Amino acid sequence: MTIKRKAAIAGVFEHPTRLAPDKSTPQLHAECAAGALADAGLSKDDVDGYFCAGDAPGFGPLSMVDYMGLRPRHVDSTETGGSSYILHVAHAAEAIALGKCRVALITLAGRPRSEAMNRSLGHAPEAGFDGWVGVTNHNSYGMVAARHMHEFGTTSEQLAWIKVAASTHAQHNEHAMLRDVVSMEDVLSSPMISDPLHRLDCCVVSDGGGAIIVAAPEVARELGRPIVNVLGAGEAPKGQAGGKVDLTYSGAAWSGPAAFAEAGVTPQDMKYASIYDSFTITVLMQLEDLGFCRKGEGGRFVADGNLISGVGKLPFNTDGGGLCNNHPMHRGGITKVIEAVRQLRGEAHPKVQVPNCDLAVATGIGGSLGVRHGAATLVMERV
Amino acid sequence: MTGPANDTRTLAPPAVNPETQAFWDAAAEGRLLLKHCLACGETHYYPRSLCPFCFSDRTEWREAAGTGEIYTVSVMRRGAGAPYAVAYVTLDEGPRMLTNLRGDLDAFRIGDRVRVSFEATDGGPTVPMFRAAG
Repeated sequence: MTIKRKAAIAGVFEHPTRLAPDKSTPQLHAECAAGALADAGLSKDDVDGYFCAGDAPGFGPLSMVDYMGLRPRHVDSTETGGSSYILHVAHAAEAIALGKCRVALITLAGRPRSEAMNRSLGHAPEAGFDGWVGVTNHNSYGMVAARHMHEFGTTSEQLAWIKVAASTHAQHNEHAMLRDVVSMEDVLSSPMISDPLHRLDCCVVSDGGGAIIVAAPEVARELGRPIVNVLGAGEAPKGQAGGKVDLTYSGAAWSGPAAFAEAGVTPQDMKYASIYDSFTITVLMQLEDLGFCRKGEGGRFVADGNLISGVGKLPFNTDGGGLCNNHPMHRGGITKVIEAVRQLRGEAHPKVQVPNCDLAVATGIGGSLGVRHGAATLVMERV
Repeated sequence: MTGPANDTRTLAPPAVNPETQAFWDAAAEGRLLLKHCLACGETHYYPRSLCPFCFSDRTEWREAAGTGEIYTVSVMRRGAGAPYAVAYVTLDEGPRMLTNLRGDLDAFRIGDRVRVSFEATDGGPTVPMFRAAG
C-alpha cells in the first residue's frame, strides 16, 4: 500500500496579506480556502475532506467546517505545529487512496502580528519541567545551533549564507515582508537574539495563511491544470527521549528517508527543495538529515550561494521562505508546499524558476527543534 | 557589555501533579531525584510513573549526585526575562535535563562541569538549575 501517484495537489493559495488587523482568523481561513478552490477550478461543494491543525480557532475541524459551510465525510486535525500541513497532504492522499474522500481542503491562518498568542503548556506532561526554564523557539534552536557548531565546526558565517540565499530570492516576491538583499555581514552584525542566532537568523512573524487542495487523480485530470502528483511522504515526532537527548539530528532523519523510499527517488534527484526555515539552523539540519549532504557538512553545503536559484546546486525557498517572505501564524509548512507546487507548475517568479522542475521536496519541522518537534517530508512530481 | 550577564528573573512556580509531587518535595529540600526502572535498568528524565523505555510501572525514585556537564547552552539576549541561559546538562547518571545555568552567563562553555543549585520560585518549590562546579 502506497500513496504514490494516488493523489494530486490540484490547488494552492498563499494569502497576500502579512498584516491583517481588520480581519478575523476564521475569515483568513475561508479566504485561503476560496483562493485554493479558485486555483484548482473547484467549488466549495466539491470538498469532501477537511484538514486543519492547531491554528484553526475553535473545536478542531468542527468549528471551521460549520463556519465555512463544508459537508466533509473525512476530517483530520493532526497537530505537529508548523509541519502539520506537509503531513496533511500525505494524510489527504492516504484518505483519497482509501476512497474516504476525493477533494481534500487544507487550511492554515492566523494573526500573530495583530493579536498576542497564549502558549500555555497547560497539563502537558512536560509542563512542570519545561515551564520555568523559559524555553522559547529562539533559545531552543539556539541550543541546537550551539551543539552543531561544537560537534562539527559549523560557523555563523555558514548559517548566514542561508539567509543571504533566501533574501536573494525574496527580492523578486512582491508580497515578501523583507525584500532587501542582505549580505553575510548584515546577518552577523544584526543583534544577537539567543546565542549563536542573530536576528537575521530568525524568520519573520506574519499574519496570513494558505490553503491546499489535494484531489483524486481522476478529479485532477479534468481540471486542465498541470498535474502535481504526491510521490511519497514521511513523518516523525522527535523529543527528549526520556533524557537520551541528541540535538545533532532532527526527525527529518526519519521522515526524509521514508518519503524518498516511497517515492522511489533520491535527494540528488530533486530539482528544487522547500526547506522549513524558522531559523537558519533549521535549514542546515534538514539538509543533512534528508541526505543532501553528510551529517556535519551542512555548513559547507550551504556556503557560497549553493541554495540560490540559478547559482547553486540546490535552489531552495524561491519565494524567500520564512526567513524573508512569510511565516503565517508562526507556521511555515503550508508555504513550503505552495512554493514547491509553483516550481513544479513552472509558475514561480521567472527570476527564480528552476528550468524543467519536475521533482521537488517540501520538508518541515514543527514544534521546537531543541525540545520536541514533528518532522514531515513530502516528495512531489510534475507529470 | 557592562559587567557579567546575570539571570534575575522571578520564576513562576513549577506545575506539580500527583505523578511528580515527590520530585518537587525533594527539590524543596535541595535533593534532585531521578526515576530509575527496576525492569530495564534505565534512568530517565523528566520523571514518569511508567518507564518511557520499557513501559514497566516498576519505577522508583533515586537521588542523583547533582553533578554533570553542559551538553549545550544558549543565552537569551532579548525578550522577556533576558538575559538567561537555557541549557541541557548531561547528569553523571546519564539523562540530559533541560534547565537553566546561573552565574556568569557569558562564561559557560559546552563540556563545562556544573553542579545543581536549587533556585527560588515565586511561592512554589525550588527548581533545579546549575552553576559552575568547584
